[in-house]
Amino acid sequence: MTTRLEGAEKVTGKARYSSDLRLPGQLFAKVLRSPHPHARVVRVDTSRAEALAGVRAVISAADSPDISWFEDSRLFDSTVRYIGDEVAAVAADSEEIAQDALRLIDVTYLPLAFDVSEGKLADTKVQERGNVLTGLREADFVVEATYTTATALHNALEPHGCTAVWQRDELTLYESTQGIFAVRDEVAEKLGVAKEKVRVLTPHMGGGFGAKQVAWKHSVIAALLAKKAARPVQLMLDRTEENLASGNRNATRQHLRIGAKRDGTLTAIDARITFQSGAYKVGGEDSDLTGTYMTLYHCENVRAEQTAMKINAGPSVAFRGPGYVEANFALESAMDELAHKAGIDPVELRLKNYTEVNQAEDNKPYTSAQSLRRCIERAAGVFEWNRKRKGIGFASHDWMAGGGWPPATVEVNFRDGRAEVIVGVQDIGTGPRTALAQIAAAELGIPLSQVDIRIGDTQPGLYGPTSSGSATLPTIGPALLQAARKAKKSGHGRAERGENPEDKSIRTCGAQCVEVSIDTETGEVTVLRVVAAHDCGRIINPLLVESQVIGGVTQGVGYALSEERVMDERLGEPLNANLEEYKVATLRDIPEIVNATESMPDEEANALGAKGVGEPPIIPTAAAIANAIFDATGVRLRDLPITRDKLLMALNHETVRVLESSHA
Amino acid sequence: MTPIRVNGAQHRLEIEPRRTLLDALRTDLGLTGAKKACDMGNCGACTVQLDGNAVYSCLVLAVDCAGREVTTIEGVGNGELHPLQAAFIEADAFQCGYCTPGQIMSLKALFDRRPHPSDEEIERALSGNLCRCGAYQHIVDAARRVRDK
Repeated sequence: MTTRLEGAEKVTGKARYSSDLRLPGQLFAKVLRSPHPHARVVRVDTSRAEALAGVRAVISAADSPDISWFEDSRLFDSTVRYIGDEVAAVAADSEEIAQDALRLIDVTYLPLAFDVSEGKLADTKVQERGNVLTGLREADFVVEATYTTATALHNALEPHGCTAVWQRDELTLYESTQGIFAVRDEVAEKLGVAKEKVRVLTPHMGGGFGAKQVAWKHSVIAALLAKKAARPVQLMLDRTEENLASGNRNATRQHLRIGAKRDGTLTAIDARITFQSGAYKVGGEDSDLTGTYMTLYHCENVRAEQTAMKINAGPSVAFRGPGYVEANFALESAMDELAHKAGIDPVELRLKNYTEVNQAEDNKPYTSAQSLRRCIERAAGVFEWNRKRKGIGFASHDWMAGGGWPPATVEVNFRDGRAEVIVGVQDIGTGPRTALAQIAAAELGIPLSQVDIRIGDTQPGLYGPTSSGSATLPTIGPALLQAARKAKKSGHGRAERGENPEDKSIRTCGAQCVEVSIDTETGEVTVLRVVAAHDCGRIINPLLVESQVIGGVTQGVGYALSEERVMDERLGEPLNANLEEYKVATLRDIPEIVNATESMPDEEANALGAKGVGEPPIIPTAAAIANAIFDATGVRLRDLPITRDKLLMALNHETVRVLESSHA
Repeated sequence: MTPIRVNGAQHRLEIEPRRTLLDALRTDLGLTGAKKACDMGNCGACTVQLDGNAVYSCLVLAVDCAGREVTTIEGVGNGELHPLQAAFIEADAFQCGYCTPGQIMSLKALFDRRPHPSDEEIERALSGNLCRCGAYQHIVDAARRVRDK
């Protein structure tokens, strides 16, 4: 079994992350953030901070370039719009001094009215085909219900941050990012320097899950401080800042009506969705909540409308399978409700409404059109779905990405049996360093140890995409295959990622079965077992795929049962911006996770036949768990996370209902 | 001056009383294997051994370590991989790797005392270490491999 190339570095502590740089003369920076959810910044006086021994640079709106940021706001805006918005920053000889200096910055705020619950309308998107009213009239069964999901926080263990170093007019950023080129281009633009003058390096990074796919303010702040102090500056966010101001998965409210004939054939899907996008629109991968409603099942009449609401809280940003995770919970819960209403087995109901074409793209056939069917059958088979027992749940999913796309450029140099592979992507822990080297080794017919891969550096100028959409491997892999073929002949090969087929649509998909046990006294849910089968095309490295699957399911368990940013609506303040009270899954919370993923080369998608699997495994987990809870208890929980208080309350209501109906 | 033994070497540190062991290791001694992920004793990424016991180094003041013995991930394995480190690689017990030094140090403190721990003891030893990539299942696999060898 091929293990990670950087394994030894990571287990010995030698792997250098952005936070681990210790350069001569390096300073440590901290950011002063708004304590108000909405306020005018009337006055910022940094003189006391500047006078503190060990402080080397202080910047605020008054003494930094006027740089535009999210939408029409500025780097240090005169209005702060959430608790955590940037106001000023300090670089000092030590973190402790920088922290002291923040306390010496005097800011006068004029607090303004704020809203962290309802919000104001930002934008609306509608997708529609057929007529849902007609479809609902034709239905023998209709499920109508509202589902909600909570704000989830990425909480990658390495916070956002970077180390900025200027040499003359050239900036080097050692950045914890999922997009070295995104950061290079955005930072260059903000600073008004040429892209070629900015180099971004990410040899290792401690997780991102979507939140590190854009340039955030800290990178530019670090660069400005480094310039002002004429020293390298390290600016790592702390855990609180990470939870306030570096993105989140937005809370949603989804009102669904789905209709079906007696035999289970869907006649209508109608989804009205609102979600909270925070104080600003950040950019990066969009949270598309409408997508899966349009494509997962065959249905003539579908309407999905999503409305983003702005609130005075930290901005949302892509989080592993953005939009699909939230929408899948609602749709797959509703499908389960429909199955029970119609008296049809939940797995059978999915297969009954199977589609081989992308209904959102002029009914183009999917490449690997049977892969979702195979995943469903595989998950159900390994789980022994048909061996009926209490407390089992099922959900399937699709994901519009995972297929990769241009542009990307790859270079391979091959001499004396040794290969150098240069790519412009980064390894965020998903393992492209290893998988790409394996592809090169196989194509060149050399051992893996003879491949040197250069990754996580913009300097070679070979563009690679941001790690998003589960697209790194299927974007870079096929180009690498071509470059390696050329290099095998001539010693040097360079190739671009080709276009995807025009007459086919590429997606990834999967299915999960879950078994739970419930303590009806305490409301505690124990997830016993999850069987997950996902379509990732050809499997390059089974061990890495398994890691993605168990990792996604583990995050899914947290999302389903415990993860929730709790907001004090009166104060506009998140109450659990830390890892103590924001509950990510721990070792004690996880079930046995069985990875039932099979290799299903998708030759029509690309020459390599591989697709990405970074995001998908988190997508169906929450719905499958909720469905299993219903199966165990007969109560339907439609609000994530399904915490003990919610389950106990629901069980009590159910008991009262049963008692009352037996007395009636 | 605070005398402190780290990975077998004696150091004398001139540090502020408020400096944590974690910051002293990372900044004063350049040992950056222990990670600062939460800095408030919630995640375990900064775990080191203090007199053999696993501790969150962000919750210990460096001055309180005077005369005591600290082992960090850099001090594990004497030039070659410790069985736990090798097993972590084999089992793919990490993804981004940021929590990994802490996970290994928590397990090492257990295995130093009990070379053949039960599953329950392994889980208990790891229950204070978060892994946001969700590699727990493989981390437990790695620990079992070492135990069962």
